[in-house]
Amino acid sequence: MNLTLRIWRQPNADAEGQMVTYQVADVSGDMSFLEMLDILNEDLILRGEEPVAFDHDCREGICGSCGMVINGQAHGPERTTACQLHMRHFADGDVIDIEPWRAGAFPVVKDLVVDRSAFDRIIQAGGYITAPTGTAPDAHAVPVPKPDADTAFENATCIGCGACVAACPNGSAMLFTSAKINHLNVLPQGQPERESRVLNMITTMDEAGFGGCTNTGECAAACPKGIPLASIAKMNREFLRATRKAGR
Amino acid sequence: MATTGVIMLLFLIVHMAGNLKIFFGPTDFNGYAHWLRTIGEPALHYSWYLWIQRVVLLGCLVAHVVSAIQLTHRDIHARPQRYRSKRPWRATFATNTMRYGGVIIALFVVWHILDLTVGAVNPRGEAGHPYQNVVADFQVWWIGLIYVVAMLALCLHIYHGFWSAAQTLGANNAARNVAFKTIATILALVITVGFLSVPVAVMTGLVS
Ligand code: HEM
Ligand code: SF4
Ligand code: FES
Repeated sequence: MNLTLRIWRQPNADAEGQMVTYQVADVSGDMSFLEMLDILNEDLILRGEEPVAFDHDCREGICGSCGMVINGQAHGPERTTACQLHMRHFADGDVIDIEPWRAGAFPVVKDLVVDRSAFDRIIQAGGYITAPTGTAPDAHAVPVPKPDADTAFENATCIGCGACVAACPNGSAMLFTSAKINHLNVLPQGQPERESRVLNMITTMDEAGFGGCTNTGECAAACPKGIPLASIAKMNREFLRATRKAGR
Repeated sequence: MATTGVIMLLFLIVHMAGNLKIFFGPTDFNGYAHWLRTIGEPALHYSWYLWIQRVVLLGCLVAHVVSAIQLTHRDIHARPQRYRSKRPWRATFATNTMRYGGVIIALFVVWHILDLTVGAVNPRGEAGHPYQNVVADFQVWWIGLIYVVAMLALCLHIYHGFWSAAQTLGANNAARNVAFKTIATILALVITVGFLSVPVAVMTGLVS
């Protein structure tokens, strides 16, 4: 199929950006969205033009690097990452808009690449556990109730891609932060930092300039890993509990 | 926003139910308005309870609006650049219109107090005769329209607001989500229909 792409081009963080139109020919439906961009970039390099910069690493939907907004939707029309989105979901002659994540806390570095280090700071503030060093403990040493294990796993699937922030009209990082907090707060290993984790991670999130949640639900609808909106309610519960305890 | 919203919602339920007394005639309705001022007697003096409620509600309203302004300000800064392509919205109309609906309701509250409490903008405006004042109100078509528009905005505001408060206060979870959405729908509809029944009854001549 032949496609028209309108891509956000911005040479560096300080430059003014704009949408630039490109044509790509002979795209196969089996290509991933990133492979389609590879074709465009090869073409641009041959023509002596600057290739389109975009983040990517695993190309199998697990690293969370490949953030881009496709036709107004984070990661495009399917509920998956851009690297796992196949071109068969598009039709010959389509015009596709490609833009970087838009959020004050995610400044554009170049073209489609944004600086997501605000997420790293949130993780540094509490996304860890205190583990004793020494030999590995026996696998059965710490029993975890099945419902807790399920909740932890569901939240642990968050790949930190930032689609939730990109989709949120308020640029809020509540879904990401809630996934990371709930993942550790329900497990026995996460108990020593249960209160400090939620307080510190939320403070860091606010300081990073993310917006406040108005429960629009756009985040959960865009999340490629299906982190549910209920995770945010659970984080709020943890936050209220921690503030009550801190008050004592 | 959630806490103050829930307090105001409790008031609205009681207020709506009280308004329905209008269907029992002027003696009942005016008697009810008089009784409101005697709540707490003899411990409280005449009208004291009403003044306590006014202070609490005004406090809630101010806190609610100030938080909304702060939140909106923060959210606009968190998303300084728009997307060029149109985003297909998945959120409901009610969710997307909270800010506009809130402004409509706030303006309405000012009008409403000048109308039925102070009496300044009421066609009749006679203290101690709320029944007659309400009837005089809704015989003017555009006053009725103000109330109808405000109630529809209120309906949407409660529909999203109640469920949103459940999220914010951490009361919601996956198992309770449907229940909270259902309660939000029922509350929004019951409160709106209950309030609207009064102007509609006057406009259709059922109450006169
Ligand atoms: C059709 C709908 C409504 C009607 C017919 C109505 C009628 C009235 C009447 C007759 C009073 C005076 C009661 C008295 O002085 O004894 C009153 C007071 C009041 N109403 Fe409404 N109301 C309506 C909707 C609303 C709504 C939607 C709100 C809030 C969003 C509201 C907020 C208030 C408040 C705060 C007061 C008390 C003011 C004070 O402290 O004296 N009303 N209403
Ligand atoms: S919550 Fe979902 S959308 Fe947000 S960072 Fe994690 S995986 Fe990405
Ligand atoms: S490149 Fe790793 S998730 Fe897409």
